[in-house]
Amino acid sequence: MALTESRPLELTTGVDATEDQPLGAFTRPRGVTGWRSWLTTVDHKKIGIMYGATAMTFFAIGGLEALLIRTQLMQPNGQVLSEEAYNQAFTMHGTTMVFLVIMPMLAAFANYLIPIMIGARDVAFPRLNALSYWIFLMGAIVLYASFFLGGAPDGGWFGYVPNTSITFSPGRNIDFWIFGLQITGIASTVGAINLIVTCLNLRAPGMTLMRMPIFVWMSMIAQFLLLFAMPIITVALFLLMFDRQFGANFFNPQAGGDPVLWQHLFWLFGHPEVYILILPAMGIVSEILPVFSRKPLFGYPVMVFSGIAIGFMGWGVWAHHMFAVGLGPVAVSAFSISTMFIAVPTGVKIFNWIGTMWGGSLRLNTPALFAIGFIAMFTIGGLSGVTHSLSPHDRQQTDTYYVVAHFHYVLFGGSMFGLMGGFYYWWPKVFGYLLSDKLGKWNFWLWFVGFNLAFGPMHLLGLQGMPRRIYTYDESLGLTALNTLSTVGAFIIAIATALFLVNVVVSRRHRPATMAADPWDGRSLEWSIPSPTPHYNFLEVPVVHSVDDFWHRKYTEDEHGRLVKIPPMQAEAIAEARADEDHAADHGHGIHLPSQSFYPFVTSLGLPVIAFGMIYQAYVVAVIGAFILIGGLYAWTLEPSFEPPPPPDPLDDEHAQGDMALVGASNPAIAATETPALPAAGRSSAATDGQGA
Amino acid sequence: MATSMGGGTGAVTTTTTDEPTTGAAVDETSNVQKQGDSHGLEHDEHGTHPTNTGVSNEKVAMWAFLGSECLLFGALISTYLLYKGRSTSGPGPEDVYDIPYTSVSSFVLLMSSLTMVLALSAIQRGDIHRMRVWLLATATLGASFIGGQVYEFTEFYLEGVTLSSNLFGSTFFVLTGFHGVHVAIGILMLLSLYGVSMRGGLPKERSEVVELTGLYWHFVDVVWIVIFTVIYLIP
Repeated sequence: MALTESRPLELTTGVDATEDQPLGAFTRPRGVTGWRSWLTTVDHKKIGIMYGATAMTFFAIGGLEALLIRTQLMQPNGQVLSEEAYNQAFTMHGTTMVFLVIMPMLAAFANYLIPIMIGARDVAFPRLNALSYWIFLMGAIVLYASFFLGGAPDGGWFGYVPNTSITFSPGRNIDFWIFGLQITGIASTVGAINLIVTCLNLRAPGMTLMRMPIFVWMSMIAQFLLLFAMPIITVALFLLMFDRQFGANFFNPQAGGDPVLWQHLFWLFGHPEVYILILPAMGIVSEILPVFSRKPLFGYPVMVFSGIAIGFMGWGVWAHHMFAVGLGPVAVSAFSISTMFIAVPTGVKIFNWIGTMWGGSLRLNTPALFAIGFIAMFTIGGLSGVTHSLSPHDRQQTDTYYVVAHFHYVLFGGSMFGLMGGFYYWWPKVFGYLLSDKLGKWNFWLWFVGFNLAFGPMHLLGLQGMPRRIYTYDESLGLTALNTLSTVGAFIIAIATALFLVNVVVSRRHRPATMAADPWDGRSLEWSIPSPTPHYNFLEVPVVHSVDDFWHRKYTEDEHGRLVKIPPMQAEAIAEARADEDHAADHGHGIHLPSQSFYPFVTSLGLPVIAFGMIYQAYVVAVIGAFILIGGLYAWTLEPSFEPPPPPDPLDDEHAQGDMALVGASNPAIAATETPALPAAGRSSAATDGQGA
Repeated sequence: MATSMGGGTGAVTTTTTDEPTTGAAVDETSNVQKQGDSHGLEHDEHGTHPTNTGVSNEKVAMWAFLGSECLLFGALISTYLLYKGRSTSGPGPEDVYDIPYTSVSSFVLLMSSLTMVLALSAIQRGDIHRMRVWLLATATLGASFIGGQVYEFTEFYLEGVTLSSNLFGSTFFVLTGFHGVHVAIGILMLLSLYGVSMRGGLPKERSEVVELTGLYWHFVDVVWIVIFTVIYLIP
């Protein structure tokens, strides 16, 4: 492959020895439309959209699994699912919603928004970004391939041993689960490194850490949690794999192994994971509320530090998932106390959101409704969480529907409400049209009612002693009415979710010819650029002077401290003055986007091949997969991240500018390998024009 | 798998450094610099692009990756310690360990950190030739360590310690095996650097690539110090 082909060489003397030849087995893709542009894109916006679309697809699949579960439980002695099918349904529902829905949705928001919120033109490593998406997709495919290859995983999303050991789960179901999660874990780690570097290194001039939008802060904390949590589940999954495939003894009690080790490893990952799922959603809500209250976020620094506090304390509470295991009084007390403590920074956040809305001029558009719904639902979920910290109480609730109610209130009532609010809020920035507010409100209220109908009764069911993960119950237990109510709620949620998709289609049909850049009168930098976001994000990299910098360009205070709008003329003058300050008078010409590449996709293809080789113990296949992976990485390394622009085609000059032009050189992020020594003839028309202009 | 992938990512981070290759194409470079400077951030003497932290993207990424690796080895070492002495059947560590032998191979691995430092120092002085020598020396020392490990594993296997023989076998092979895979990936990275250098792709200005590979290499060495102490030296 690319290994044998020539590449630009640079001698140590600095003498130019470049050979201008395409690299690799593929010609460098250049198109910006068509399927190929999606396959090869390194644009954080396209990757964000792909993450979002994939996550939405899995949301529908995971939702169908939930409906199957609820239909089975609607009546006593349900006949819809067999015992085995029910185990598969709840396992895949949990695994899908955590790993294939909420995590990629958060990745979607982080990918799309972080660069445009911090004034960057892309993430730090655009190709790695593409790689993490493709790896994630491959992991999802491996996980779901199980349905067609002998049955889906059925050990619960937590995969407790010894139930998942080879003795009790001799099929391949669990192996698909192990490798599917292992692969998505790699995607998360790669993505986390990339976004951490982006947040730390690519902020626009003047944007200190304490001027970063709160969503960026919360996402960055979540990425740090991912960075440190993922290797732990990686190890846990490896140990289980060695047990299942190579007869190791890690979880084999007969040889002295201890199944509780699995629980410790899993929850040492699993509890930070909970905060990975909720922190960015908290960030989204913290972005929406100030805009729709027309007030700055109440206590911005406190919000930041409470997020950091949650990030740290999230590592010290994992054993509250294991109070019924028999850890002994000291450990149980310690984890009880730490669990109570972590409610403090969370409570701080809730009061800050209320403080943000207090005295503001609230506009109850759909995003605001979802954000307020988030606060209410998350508070209920948070409070039932605090009840779990009381270990005697927890002993009663363990493995009952009370727990199911709790985590749906924080993950659905929390994360999903926040994410849905985020969809409505940023939709115009991403796709160039607003979602209908009328349908949106129907969406919200149906969701809200359906959600509370579905999960509210589960508190009572749990307190009445209904255990989790059972596929039928007897009529004499008196659980029928509440279960039926819950199922009705689940179907209302499904209708409301369908309404969201209807809204997307209908609003798209009625979309305006042009979309205002700033439809909500927003506060952060992403609203200062056109909608939908242009390829290059920022024509001129902004200089930031305060938190909510964009707001301060639009509004000022009069002598009585009242808010007054800066007249548009004056605003323009300020903008110009700032542009002068930026000296960015070249209007974006001569900026280069990082070039598209096939290799992230090609590299990611190696992983499912390895996984299938391992699952079926066909190690030759696994070795082939490893070669694909390594070959892809080498071809990738030998390919410069920036390609010289193609020789100008006189007929195609405008087109070339639109496609290639723009972006980058002034961005520390991506202004990188300016390929040395372009032949004079090959110099980009864009760059030359830019100098002329 | 994740580990080998993890190492692979490291390789990517180090060898794809998106640094401008200064010196050539004066026009292009000065154009880039003009825009970079317009933000009031200075380029350093190597012409790398400024970042908020003043540390290059690649280096921050490598440190983040190594932070993640700490947790990986942390979990594996914890597992080993938790299961220490809990095997229900033999042979145990005291039956198979040859501490003088492993000490020598550990010494070989630690010396490779020295040669790695010398390689970095050579390229920073612009002494490409010596850098190549030291890179090869580092790779050779690493390979000797791996060879030693292969021999040790074989010996243990012949004495009846396997992945499935008992808890000691499982924990020992998985922990040291993971470390061995990391060393092997490091060797691959070193040889790749050597190859790139032979083709003229590793001038003085790109010394950071060597530095990043070095960071990974030293990390793997430091982890071995911990592993060696924990599993061989502590009775």
